[in-house]
Amino acid sequence: MDVAIIGIGIHPFGRTEGMSGLDQGVYAVRQALKDAGVEWSDVECAFGGSSAAGNADIMVNQLGLTGLQFINVNNGCATGGSAVISAYASIKAGQSDIALAVGFDKHPRGSFDPKPADWGIDDWYGDQGFMLTTQFFALKIQRYMAEFGITPKALALVAEKAFHNGSLNENAWRRSPVDLETIENAPMINDPLNKFMFCSPAEGGVALILASEKKVKELGIQKPVWVKGAAVKTRLEGSFEVFSPSIQIERSTPPTTLASNAAFEMAGVGPEDIDVAQLQDTESGAEIMHMAENGFCADGDQEKWLAERATWLNGKLPVNTDGGCLANGEPIGASGLRQVHENVVQLRGEGGERQVPGEPKVAYSHVYGAPGLSAVAILER
Amino acid sequence: MFIADNLIEDGHLIGGQHKESGKIVFPLPSGAEQAFYDTVQLSDEGKLWSWSVQRFLPKSPPYMGTETLETFKPYIFGYVELPRQVIVQSRIVGCDESDLKIGMALRLTTTPFDHKEKGVVDTFAYTPA
Repeated sequence: MDVAIIGIGIHPFGRTEGMSGLDQGVYAVRQALKDAGVEWSDVECAFGGSSAAGNADIMVNQLGLTGLQFINVNNGCATGGSAVISAYASIKAGQSDIALAVGFDKHPRGSFDPKPADWGIDDWYGDQGFMLTTQFFALKIQRYMAEFGITPKALALVAEKAFHNGSLNENAWRRSPVDLETIENAPMINDPLNKFMFCSPAEGGVALILASEKKVKELGIQKPVWVKGAAVKTRLEGSFEVFSPSIQIERSTPPTTLASNAAFEMAGVGPEDIDVAQLQDTESGAEIMHMAENGFCADGDQEKWLAERATWLNGKLPVNTDGGCLANGEPIGASGLRQVHENVVQLRGEGGERQVPGEPKVAYSHVYGAPGLSAVAILER
Repeated sequence: MFIADNLIEDGHLIGGQHKESGKIVFPLPSGAEQAFYDTVQLSDEGKLWSWSVQRFLPKSPPYMGTETLETFKPYIFGYVELPRQVIVQSRIVGCDESDLKIGMALRLTTTPFDHKEKGVVDTFAYTPA
């Protein structure tokens, strides 16, 4: 029994004054139901969450008290990915025929301010200014650039593409293109990453309606998008992850590669079969490293790919076609679902100005988060 | 006074070595977990593994420095590979970021940190050897 995504909904990302994160989630659910052509009372189970905007299951107050099973998901940056895999598993197991995956968030301005104790770390680490996610990404790409010959220009090229794609996406936060020279000369935040190369915490909501193959036929869904592979993996010993006072000298396979391999195997396809990809771009360097960690190119080849604009909309592998985290910001609970939402848009051929040419058939999404986990989903139409 | 107990002893960084796997971690785990580790002295000398500069004032909490937006000065930090032991995150002092090169030799030192609640304390840092 295959599982399909039959409905998608999104509340525009960015800043929406006067609207709670939860309300943005409800907005997305209503849109997804309409898109699927089903009623809230048809949904048999739901999985959802936010990081900073409350419990997802309270949304039944607005959507209707139908008695459905609603499980709150709280899995950091992989909250959305975990909601999707849970909805998928529920249908696959025969527990339900229609399931909802929903994520939303609303973060205050500025960087995240996690508490050391929540991450099993002593206070001194935060006291002296090490408890910042931005530092991890800077340290990881700095080392990677030295090892594999990636240049600062490559970091700027990623940001240039993100803001271009964002300008074509009506739901994006950053909707103005930024030229390469402006990006290259912007003030540093954490070297080698400057202010155009980091995404910011933001707001938004995304909902997906999943259904069994039986239900897809029964409802006569016109453009089902099938979930062919889905995996969530956590880190191994020797992984280099965010908030690490120390790391082992010997490196191991990162969680992204573990999740990628598992999803590819499940889907029975390889990197060469992917027509469009959404890869976690918390900052420019992350997109570059994740291109290799997900198996799309060898370490160091990104330099050439970016110079050739191979990841632009008309390139050999369009990456982050909706502008990614850089142009959309990162509402933690909704971010991973935004990637899946965009892949459904692309596979349906509904991308408008940002539609990837050549009628893409297989799409890939990858989200990475603290404290070292990744979720990958492979969709096919 | 040092920023925390269990970081430095007799002028050397101390970590924990797992009694079964031999894995070395920093800092020495505290609480119940400490029973699984032996205290181990970490090397005073290491190599720069990666580095960056903190150019904005971190949010407080968790940051406990006393600087304001006006007085904040960027600080260098990075990871230092201690040979055959572990890679530790540390402040890097006594140099300019243009002096830094991955793989360069560094040695342990201490540096003062103006802590909101504890006053001026020392913390560990590495500096070009």
